[in-house]
Amino acid sequence: MKRISIDPITRLEGHGKIDIFLDEQGDVANAYLQIPELRGFEQFCVGRQAEDMPNLTARICGVCPEAHHMAASKALDAVFHVEPPPTGKKLRELFYNIFFATDHTTHFYALAGPDFVVGPTAPPAERNILGVIAKVGMDVAKHVLKMRHDGHALIQMMGGRRVHPNWGLPGGVSRGINEEQRKEIEDRGREAIEFAKFSLKLFEDIVLKNSDYLNIVTGDVYVHKTYNMGMVDAENKSNFYDGKVRVTSPSGAEHAKYDCAQYRDFIAERVEPWSYLKFPYLKKIGWKGFVDGEDSGVYKATPLSRCNAADGMATPLADAEYKKMYETLGGKPINHTLVTHWARLVELLYSTERWVELATDPEITGKEYRVLPTETPTEGVGCVEAPRGTLTHHYTTDERGILTKVNLIVGTTNNNAPICMSVKKAAQGLIHKGKVSEGLLNMVEMAFRAYDPCFGCATHSLPGQMPLEVVLHDPEGGVIERLAQYV
Amino acid sequence: MSDKPKGKLAVYWAASCGGCDISTLAIDEKILNVAEAFDIVLWPCAADGKVRDIEKMDDQSIDVCLFNGGIRTSEQEYMAQLLRRKSKVLVAFGSCACEGCIPGLGNMDTRKQVFDTVYKEGSATVPENPQDVRPQPETEVPEGTLHLPVYYDTLKTLDQTVAVDYYLPGCPPEAENIWKAIVAIVEGKLPPAGSVLGVNTTVCDECKRTRTEKKIKKFYRTWEIIPDEETCLLEQGILCCGIATRAGCGALCPQVNSPCIGCHGANDGVTDFGARMMSALASVIDSDDPEEIAQIIEDGIPDPVGSFYRFSLAASLLRRKKKVST
Repeated sequence: MKRISIDPITRLEGHGKIDIFLDEQGDVANAYLQIPELRGFEQFCVGRQAEDMPNLTARICGVCPEAHHMAASKALDAVFHVEPPPTGKKLRELFYNIFFATDHTTHFYALAGPDFVVGPTAPPAERNILGVIAKVGMDVAKHVLKMRHDGHALIQMMGGRRVHPNWGLPGGVSRGINEEQRKEIEDRGREAIEFAKFSLKLFEDIVLKNSDYLNIVTGDVYVHKTYNMGMVDAENKSNFYDGKVRVTSPSGAEHAKYDCAQYRDFIAERVEPWSYLKFPYLKKIGWKGFVDGEDSGVYKATPLSRCNAADGMATPLADAEYKKMYETLGGKPINHTLVTHWARLVELLYSTERWVELATDPEITGKEYRVLPTETPTEGVGCVEAPRGTLTHHYTTDERGILTKVNLIVGTTNNNAPICMSVKKAAQGLIHKGKVSEGLLNMVEMAFRAYDPCFGCATHSLPGQMPLEVVLHDPEGGVIERLAQYV
Repeated sequence: MSDKPKGKLAVYWAASCGGCDISTLAIDEKILNVAEAFDIVLWPCAADGKVRDIEKMDDQSIDVCLFNGGIRTSEQEYMAQLLRRKSKVLVAFGSCACEGCIPGLGNMDTRKQVFDTVYKEGSATVPENPQDVRPQPETEVPEGTLHLPVYYDTLKTLDQTVAVDYYLPGCPPEAENIWKAIVAIVEGKLPPAGSVLGVNTTVCDECKRTRTEKKIKKFYRTWEIIPDEETCLLEQGILCCGIATRAGCGALCPQVNSPCIGCHGANDGVTDFGARMMSALASVIDSDDPEEIAQIIEDGIPDPVGSFYRFSLAASLLRRKKKVST
């Protein structure tokens, strides 16, 4: 049996490693994505003060600490039986959408951009952020840097720090905003909407109007007919901060819609001895292995999954773009993983529109941004949509608010099984009779990038390349062939 | 930045969250200056470079290595040793490398306890695991053998693993301080080896809140009180760590009405942040009666480890909870 190792692929909690095995005919027998690290938050958070969780769990991920900070704050609302006042809730959602817009921007331009803007078949040396800049011009590059910079500046202004905010509390947030700050947030938000519109136009001009690109996007190698998960509001419109978790089937039917507190009735996790990261699946369907289809409990939680699981977007411009996406590609649901990039831009537009909606809300500068809990703390669950998937925090405390149990299902973790499957499928599509196609490395990269896996702060990388190396071994361990890019 | 020939720079992450890397990228366009001054030989989050190529380099051929993250697995330990050998200057970059940070709280437990909690049947979302499957260093699958790094009982800081030349504190270090450190490195204006690259004052010195005499009769948990926005948080009975924490951030957390949580660690000459914090607090409690003092602490600070050693347990005098053999 031959083995192909791809190592490193950078991080989730640590970095990832892929092993692809070839059978005697030289075709792909199996592929394994291994996550070689565990930090054990669920264990060492026990014994801590519950109110420390927004700060402790932010350290799960320095790329999306805001997501953990918010899920933790919401879990604390539930633990302490307290509802933030409208201003507190709106401030949190405003903060959260600023974060979302910043995060999605970076992903599209630094990571996905090289594939689509420069082109999937362009020489590797050009397929990086510098290639993107060369294609779209320095003005756009400056815009991207400005979006990132402004987003982080506003996050610090509201939450205290650019990375690892210190702001969320049970019942609200530690400080509100004044009119001067609100105006700054609104001004930056209006620029952000224009930037999001520009990004969608760019995607249309460069990808949709190019039949070669469109064929790759809609090609079979990236199709996975799995269930889709995303949070929705009362009208089944996508919402990142609050709502019910909705799961739809590979054919688009509603499988479940539940309060996040009920997540254990719907989600279970599988343990494999070869990875430190568990594999979540839909409990009512069951674990059938690394396969897709209606009978497999594997689900995806990505921007495209959120669009599939929702009936539309709650803001006008984003909703129009949402409809256009489905009309262009032949209706719902879309199971082509690479369309995730388009969906991410639809979400970018939504998050900027929501940002301005909330920044211009008359209550946003209110002084009632938190209430003190009065009831005895017990147990609670908090969910948000992290950029990379539904994020769940579940805490149980004693009567003093000291944690006795903690369970976390992190954004990218939802996609652990689908990412494994995408890697396998990309490999199967390209490796035949022991011949590894030169295109494999980029095709595997593209399968990964669609998920924006937090394997990569690669997400926020500067030049946006994922170093990959594929080594083909013979059964005795000798090297037959070595392919590398960006190495 | 300099007319000197290009140096070689490595950036690596071990048991960390990636926040140090994100903070480094937050120096914005100045990252291009870094690329001008250095060939980046390794930076998994942002650039090319493979471990195998580092292994082939001559010892001491990397000018500077910024190493973030603590050491919890065999792979991280190997990388720390490798990069120490290859680097002239090794910087413990950020709280995890300096003092273990939040993952260092894992030293309250053992590997078995962590695995029991995370993987055991009956945990919140692992419904059936009758064979009690746990991740293994080696797994036989039908197609061959898969390997995982060994997960240790104890998280170690970087300087408990290899010799460290400089320390850059913070969780993560603020972008401005990262830039200052990079400039100091490029211009060769580094302090004596072993130094912390930072100031030697406390967060209180940078905090704009009004301070009078501190007299505390009761500590409040953060959810129990809405503090006044102008007055010292500690004087209001909130456990603010600014009093014992190294400055350099600009007292950011108190600006949003939240207490300092101590992410920059202690100043020079303090070997145990928690002990320093406790002695500082003892002097502000408004009582001479040992029993009353004990009660005030017991009532208001129910988790001393998490409150005083949030970032520094792995680097503390105790380092970890005693392991009970089973």
